Amino acid sequence: MDNLNVIEVEGLTKMFGDFTAVDTITFKVKRGEIFGFLGANGAGKTTAIKMLTGISNPTSGKAKVAGFDVFNQAEDIKKNIGYMSQKFALYDDLTVKENITFFGGIYGLSRAQIKEKTEELITELDLQEIANQLASSLPLGWKQKISFSVALLHKPQIVFLDEPTGGVDPITRRQFWEMIYKNANNGTTIFVTTHYMDEAEYCDRVSIMVNGKIEALDTPKRLKEQFEANNMNDVFLKLARE
Amino acid sequence: MKRFIGFIKKEFYHIFRDKRSLFILFGMPIAQILLFGFAITNEINNVDIAILDHSKDVTTQKIINKISASKYFSINQYIDREEDIEPAFKKGKIKAVLNFEKDFSKKLIKNGKANIQIITDATNPNTANTISNYTNSILQNYQQEFNKNIRIAYQIIPETRMIYNPELKSVFMFVPGVMTIILMLVSAMMTSISITREKELGTMEILLVSPLKPFLVIIGKVVPYIFLSLINAIIIIALSLFVFKMPVQGSMFLLGAESVLFIITSLSLGILISTISKTQQTAMMISLMGLMLPVILLSGFIFPISSMPMPLQVISNIIPAKWFIIILKSIMLKGVGLTFIWKETLILFGMTIFFIVLSTKKYKIRLE
Repeated sequence: MDNLNVIEVEGLTKMFGDFTAVDTITFKVKRGEIFGFLGANGAGKTTAIKMLTGISNPTSGKAKVAGFDVFNQAEDIKKNIGYMSQKFALYDDLTVKENITFFGGIYGLSRAQIKEKTEELITELDLQEIANQLASSLPLGWKQKISFSVALLHKPQIVFLDEPTGGVDPITRRQFWEMIYKNANNGTTIFVTTHYMDEAEYCDRVSIMVNGKIEALDTPKRLKEQFEANNMNDVFLKLARE
Repeated sequence: MKRFIGFIKKEFYHIFRDKRSLFILFGMPIAQILLFGFAITNEINNVDIAILDHSKDVTTQKIINKISASKYFSINQYIDREEDIEPAFKKGKIKAVLNFEKDFSKKLIKNGKANIQIITDATNPNTANTISNYTNSILQNYQQEFNKNIRIAYQIIPETRMIYNPELKSVFMFVPGVMTIILMLVSAMMTSISITREKELGTMEILLVSPLKPFLVIIGKVVPYIFLSLINAIIIIALSLFVFKMPVQGSMFLLGAESVLFIITSLSLGILISTISKTQQTAMMISLMGLMLPVILLSGFIFPISSMPMPLQVISNIIPAKWFIIILKSIMLKGVGLTFIWKETLILFGMTIFFIVLSTKKYKIRLE
C-alpha cells in the first residue's frame, strides 16, 4: 500500500436487501488531506462512513483505512480514527472535564495522558471558566469545537467529521475550519461531510455522491471548470439534477 | 479494564444527575412497599357494623359483647326495625348488619337452633367475604363455649391452622410481589431506556466507532443497574423486616443469590427491549405494557394462578416473575433451601440465557 494513501477504497458496495445504498465507489485519500465527502441526504454518505469506520460490513469491494482492512481489521481501524457527528457533540449531563476524561478513557489513554491532554485542551481552547460546567450549558459552537478536539485526543491518523458544523453560526464555522486546517497541517487526514457548499471550497479535494455512486471527484477548482460553474453550489446542483 | 471502569463511572453520572431516574430508582420502591403494606390490605380492622336485635336477651347480649370486644368490628349503631337496615347501608359507613331473630335464647335452648342473619355490603366483595368469615368464626367460638356445658356425643369440630403466615398478614403476600415488580421495573425499564437514550442522542454511534467492544458497551450500561437493583432489594427486605416484621425464615444468602439471578433475567429482558425499540418512549411503553401488566396480573402476585382459566395458567409459565415470586415466598415464608426451589431457579436461569442469546442476535442484525 502506498504510504501516502491513508484511505484506499475500491469498488466498495453495500446492499440492504435489493436496495444498493453504496454502489461500487472507488477513491483514495492522501495523508494530511482534507477530503470533502458531499452528497444529498440519502445519497449513501452515512452508509459509506459507517463502512469506513468499521461499524458496518461492506457487501463487496475492498477498502483499507489507516492501512487496515475494513473486513477483518475493524478493531485496528477503530484505534486509529476519530469520529464526530453533528447529531452528537458531548454528553449533556457531564461536565466538560468529565467528557474529556470519559472519551480519553474509552480510547485507552492513561490517567496521566488524560490529565495532560485535558490541561492542554483547556489552555488551547480557553476553557478555564467552563471546564467544570455541564456541557448542556454551553452554546452549540463551543460543544462542536470541544467535541472535535475530543475526537483528536488519541492522535488518530484520520478523523471523520459527519456534518460537524450543522446549525453553527458563520463565525464559529470559520474558527472550526481554522482548527481543521491546523490539524491537517500536522498530518491528520480530515474526512468531512457537509451541506455547506462554501465549506466544500475549503477542501483539498471533493467527491460528490449521487444515488450511491461517486459522480465527481477532484479539487474544487477543477470541478468548477469541468462543470462550467461559478461555485461549488452550482456544481452540486448540476450533478444532483442529472 | 480501565476503559470499562471509566465507562461505568460515566453511567453513574448519568443516573445520579437525572432526578427523574433517581426518583424511579429509590423513591418508588419505598413508596410502593409502604403503600402495599399499609394502605392496600385485605385485613379488616374496626369495621363499623350495626345490630338489629329482635330479642334482646342474655344470649344475644353475650354475642354482641363478644363481637364488640374483637378488634375487627366496632358497633356503630343499634337498629330497631328491618326498614332501617337499608338506610343504614346507604349512608355508607356501615359495612354489615347482624340481625338476631325473635326469641333467640328460647329457640336456641328449646330447638337447639336459632338464626342470625349477617347482611354485608358487597360493593367490595373481598371485604364482604372477610367480614362474613370473621363473624362466623366469632359465632362458632361462642357456640363452642355454649356447648361446653351440654354434653353432645359425636361432634365434629374443625380446627383450622394457618401455617407460614398465621396472622394472615397481607403484607406477607405483597412484599415478594412488590420486590419482584421493583426489580423488574428498575432493571428492565431503566436499562432499556438508558440504552435507547444513547441511540437517540447518537452517542451509541460514537461508542461503536470507539475501540470499546460493542458487548462491553452493553455490559457497561448494565452493571450499574445490577448494583442499584441489589441496593433496592436490600431496602425492600429491610423495610419488610423492620417495618412490617416480616421474617425471613430461609437463608439470607440464598435470597440474595436468587435476587441477583432475577436481576440479571430482567436486565437481559431490558437489553432485548432496547434492541427492538428506537426511542426511549417506545422502550418505556414496551417495558410498562409488556412487562409490568403481566407481572401484576399473571404472576400470582395479586390473583392466584390456580384459580385462573387454563389458557392464562399456561401463559403465566412464561412470565419470569411467576417463578421468582414462588422462590421468594418459599425462602422468606417457608424457609426452604435450594433443594426445594432448584426447578424454579433452573427455569429462571434458562430464561436468562434465552434472552441474552436472543438480544445478542438482534444486536448483531442491527449493527449490520
